[in-house]
Amino acid sequence: MKRLFPILSVITAIFLAYALYEALVVAPTDAQQGDVYRIIYYHVPSAWTAFLLFFINFIASIQYLASKKPSSQTAVKWIVIVIGVVGVIACFLPPVQRLIPAGMRPSAVATTVLAIPLFYFVIGKYFPGDNLDVLAVTSAEVGVVFCTIVLVTGPIWARPVWGIWWAPGDIRLTSTLVLWLIYVSYLMLRRFSNSAQTQMLAAALAIFGALDVPLVYFSIWFFRTQHPQPVIGGGGSMDPRMLNVLLISWMAFLCFAFLVCWQRYRLELLHREIEAAHAMDSLVGSGVAAKASLPLSRSPQ
Amino acid sequence: MTEAAKPAISLSNVVKQFGRFAALRGVTAEFDAGRFHAILGENGAGKTTLLRALAGLTQPTQGIISIFGKSPREACRDIGYMAHPSLLYDEMSGIENLRYFARLYGITDDMNSEEVIREVIQNVGLDPELTRPVGQYSQGMRQRMSLARAILHDPKVLLLDEPFSNVDAHSAQAIVALLRGMRDAGKTVFVITHQAPLLEGVADEFVWMQAGQIVDRTVSLARTAGAEDVQ
Amino acid sequence: MNSLWSVTLATLVKDIRLEWRSKDALNSMLFFSLLVVVIFSFSFDPLAEESRHIVGGLVWVGFLFASVTALNQTWARELRNQVLDAYRVSPAPANALFLAKALGNFIFVSVLEAVMTPLFVIFYNVRVLGPAWQLLPVAILGTWALVVNGTFFAAMSLRTRSREIMLPLLLFPISIPAVIAMVAGTTSILTGEESAHFYLVLLLTYDVVFTTACLALFGMILHAE
Repeated sequence: MKRLFPILSVITAIFLAYALYEALVVAPTDAQQGDVYRIIYYHVPSAWTAFLLFFINFIASIQYLASKKPSSQTAVKWIVIVIGVVGVIACFLPPVQRLIPAGMRPSAVATTVLAIPLFYFVIGKYFPGDNLDVLAVTSAEVGVVFCTIVLVTGPIWARPVWGIWWAPGDIRLTSTLVLWLIYVSYLMLRRFSNSAQTQMLAAALAIFGALDVPLVYFSIWFFRTQHPQPVIGGGGSMDPRMLNVLLISWMAFLCFAFLVCWQRYRLELLHREIEAAHAMDSLVGSGVAAKASLPLSRSPQ
Repeated sequence: MTEAAKPAISLSNVVKQFGRFAALRGVTAEFDAGRFHAILGENGAGKTTLLRALAGLTQPTQGIISIFGKSPREACRDIGYMAHPSLLYDEMSGIENLRYFARLYGITDDMNSEEVIREVIQNVGLDPELTRPVGQYSQGMRQRMSLARAILHDPKVLLLDEPFSNVDAHSAQAIVALLRGMRDAGKTVFVITHQAPLLEGVADEFVWMQAGQIVDRTVSLARTAGAEDVQ
Repeated sequence: MNSLWSVTLATLVKDIRLEWRSKDALNSMLFFSLLVVVIFSFSFDPLAEESRHIVGGLVWVGFLFASVTALNQTWARELRNQVLDAYRVSPAPANALFLAKALGNFIFVSVLEAVMTPLFVIFYNVRVLGPAWQLLPVAILGTWALVVNGTFFAAMSLRTRSREIMLPLLLFPISIPAVIAMVAGTTSILTGEESAHFYLVLLLTYDVVFTTACLALFGMILHAE
């Protein structure tokens, strides 16, 4: 394990350099935006990475809460399976398809929905018990970092191309902002809480956040249809060569995110181990060397 | 003594940790029903944590607590808890407070709740007609009203954390007499106190705690030879 | 079920009685609400052409800030003398406490809104061009949206340092879709330029989703140490 990290780091560094080269040199210049558009190779992969990490946090939080209440574990498992099955089927039914915002293909939505049970079982298998919470805090922190990148590169891109820093009706950027706010508040809760159940409180907040996201999306979507706003980032299809570079960038970012998460995860595990060792110390250590377990006499004679 | 076949309250290796600090370090003990136990020990010995764990207010990090075969939360109807803060609303009168808590315990109007409440208030030596808000009571009166709240639903187990602190001698004696009466009526009573002499001759046993463990259980305040000294 | 409503009602009545007896919280909040309206009227010119378009936003932002002060203090009462322990130790269901606090907050915030609204109407010469009756469901659903999550997060904040600032930190991000719907809905009714139907549906969905989530998770919050 110890040797794996430096090797992976080097590979990732090379990959990132390659992706940068592809983005700056190989990808064709955009017809309308010129070279400025190249920030997309930074902006979009960051967004996808952030969303993936927040999704992992959401799943890990649900599982963590479920693991604390064994009675609900089977119920949650079945709910997740049902959501997966029903969701996938529903995406291909006409009434539901009408609800899907323009620009999203039903198969894309179906894949996202299918990811829920998939991630649920994979995460459940590899991260037992309290490790779920370690995964949650890791994915939240790294997710916030990538989300910050999205929010910083977005306006930087928008200004030269569309002349404005921000458009409240831009559904993607605004949804991302709300997601960022929710997860920053999540991190603040973890930092400021002095409860023994901080982890469960945070998991509850993550669930609230996840419930909120589709509502945010729909509220901005309708608002925008009523009040036409500039769409930063443009819609429409992409030159396949650009798409290619985008995917390469994303892969590189994922490798990088994986490395960072891995280290953060290990760090958190170590931290908890130390705390547990201290706690064990105070439990066993300097105390009264007396009869810790008294005879089961009910009434002393 | 068939009723003593199973202990009323049992703790099995109960550990409670607050971060790095271990308040309870593996407490294992059993207590019979219908007895009066005084819990003694210096500050930080874990007495309050033990009582709160018995009341279900704090969950043990490890170990099992059983009250009449149930977990403390499940046995909440059988538990009456009183602590040093009064657990009462300062702006309401005593009887108004008790009327509210009666509803929490499901004591409704068709169960003569008003009579029950008045009786309980009188039992603790206070006047049910008193309309003064609890915030204006003396400490002794407040403790007595808090006790009334704890015994309102006729619990089988009483958990009292320092009921005599800052209380005048007369009120303290009244509370002791009341608790003796409750023990005689078959209730199990646990009292944490720093004023052990008040309970000499009343308590069935004295439970000594130190550094998160029970170190001794004696019948009288004089500890048996060979036991550790409580500093 | 019986005991749930019995305890909810008893707790609600108790809270109202307590609030009535120590009116200082209510008074200071009313004054704060008045100040908010006045400050807004100085900051956002009421005579401007576009004022009709922004009044909806101003009103709800004003309500939001006023309600945060109210939400913080309803739980504060339970911390004095550790009375919350008395509830936790009793067999009373956790959800009854939540519902009682949420309903109490709803009433409390509604009182604040009832005071602030005429002031806004006066300062901004508000005239409603759309179907005015629709303002009522928007107000009710919108207030409940703020209050239900506000009560939940206020309870969560009890276990944190900097309790008072934690509440808005947690509440505001989650409330964004509700705020969008409230503001856009109110504006659409005031200007009469579009139908508020979608926003009402959105608010209703928000309320249902989060009321369910709060009821499902409140027990854990109450018993957290």
